[in-house]
Amino acid sequence: MPEGGESDVNKRSLALIIGVGNEYRRDDGAGPEVARRIDKLNLPQVRVLLHSGEGASLLEHFHEADLVIIIDAAQSESSPGAVHFFDAGNSPIPSAFFNYSTHAFSVAEAVELGRALGKLPTRLLVYGIEGTDFSAGIGLTEAVQVSVDTVVERITNDLKQMGSSHCS
Amino acid sequence: MKGNRLIKVDYLARVEGEGSLYVKIKDNKVEDVKFKIFEPPRFFEAFLRGREYKEAPDISARICGICPIAYQMSAVTAMEQAFGMKVDGQLRALRRLIYCGEWIESHALHVYMLHAPDFLGYEDAIQLAKDYPDAVQRGLRLKKVGNDLMTIVGGREIHPINVRVGGFYKTPDKAKFKAITEELKWARDAAVETVKFVATLKFPDFERDYEFVALRHPSEYPLFEGHLVSNKGLDIEIKDYEQHFAEEHAKHSHALHSVLKARGAYFVGPLARYSLNYDRLTPLAQKCAKEAGLGKTCNNPFKSIIVRSVETVWACEEALRIIKEYERPDKPYVEANPRAAVGCGCSEAPRGICYHRYRLDDKGIILDAKIVPPTSQNQKTIEADLAEFVPQHLKLSDEKLTWQCEQAVRNYDPCISCATHFLKLHIERE
Repeated sequence: MPEGGESDVNKRSLALIIGVGNEYRRDDGAGPEVARRIDKLNLPQVRVLLHSGEGASLLEHFHEADLVIIIDAAQSESSPGAVHFFDAGNSPIPSAFFNYSTHAFSVAEAVELGRALGKLPTRLLVYGIEGTDFSAGIGLTEAVQVSVDTVVERITNDLKQMGSSHCS
Repeated sequence: MKGNRLIKVDYLARVEGEGSLYVKIKDNKVEDVKFKIFEPPRFFEAFLRGREYKEAPDISARICGICPIAYQMSAVTAMEQAFGMKVDGQLRALRRLIYCGEWIESHALHVYMLHAPDFLGYEDAIQLAKDYPDAVQRGLRLKKVGNDLMTIVGGREIHPINVRVGGFYKTPDKAKFKAITEELKWARDAAVETVKFVATLKFPDFERDYEFVALRHPSEYPLFEGHLVSNKGLDIEIKDYEQHFAEEHAKHSHALHSVLKARGAYFVGPLARYSLNYDRLTPLAQKCAKEAGLGKTCNNPFKSIIVRSVETVWACEEALRIIKEYERPDKPYVEANPRAAVGCGCSEAPRGICYHRYRLDDKGIILDAKIVPPTSQNQKTIEADLAEFVPQHLKLSDEKLTWQCEQAVRNYDPCISCATHFLKLHIERE
């Protein structure tokens, strides 16, 4: 599974799953964990990518598939493990959810910049998993681990439905 | 009371890291200016103790995701000085090439995404993109060219993994540069367009008599070699840095303030490099600067956006030159023979000089390390700029004055994470 930056437009897929986060900052590893789990399922025409979340580079991947699903950890004072879902084609993403850096762009800013430039994929879904522990170290907190299972299942169902509608 | 104001911005956006700015105005006079850095200290110098010399480039690169090459180059040149090594020819050229990549990506990010919105009255690059989509797309593509260069030479764009003491772990095959050559030609032309674009912006009439400090090389625009020079008579070897510069603790900052022992505050970064090395720029970069209205020196920090664009033209041309002359070297690195020694290195990060000093034992284990990033060196000058800028603009509303103070800070493209080491802004009018 490639890390962000290694875009390959020749490998245009039906769906691109992007796990955003830093696995060495505990719950920030939620996105990569979901991506890795989906990668193991070897779903047809589904490509999986791990990404730091740096917005300008993230934006470059939006044209690589009709459906792009981003999974990132969120920090919004919701309950631990809460799953946030945004259909980015329909509404803006609140930047407070995916605050990454004040210098580089976050996921929310990449999506909104993509919208301003008319560069969003046909469908862009964003899942956020509310984390509590972003300290240095590996391993997810229990609530986030449970939500990773939930998000993997939801994305898998999304992809299966999309695959069947695509084949019909 | 009239004439007394406190203006606050708790989190200044579009800078890297966490800090704030506080300006207190009493009787229409600036009573206090503090550029506060409250991001916690990061202890990198302590992490390096007890590690092998060869780990320094990759550990110190983790200080910054925008300018990892600066840390890698300062670290490797310090080690090489300690061990009496000489890295030249194509290996040296590849180092310049990867550094050009970093300048292109960092400058493009700052010019288009972080600083241009200030001049054009937009909250951020997203709002800017709605009205200036072509400009923003040009900036994004320029940034990508820089990142791609870093990936080809360094293995990946953020925290490259291919730089080592003595050269590289693996050198790229000449064929790897084929595709990017055309893109770099586009980038050079886009950089020329960038200079034209930023030259049309409106600049506050503000100049100060700075002491500019930068590297100066006998024949090249500087990256990681040369003497440290200033426009006030400084001309020293890198190894003598600590004889002339000191770090001071300021209560309000988690980043040490750097001063010139003889004269205090000084200025590092694009304006300093340009003003001290104009004659080392390519004819095209000089032509762009002239057409943009710049002289051979520039003392208006707001015009740093033009200088960054000129430097981007230079970096694209330099990268094209290196690629054209590139022949894959027989060996990717020069062997190091560790010895007990002290080594110093200094390189021109996009934001200014980045100094490293390591003391090593006979096996090349790091006994102690000192790292002075550019933002910590500019802190005092940022405060001094605001102390002079604010009284000249007291007629502005609090909102407008706050905006311009933030803009003045962003002139320096501060990287607070590097310095500790963000930004909250408080302007207080009593």
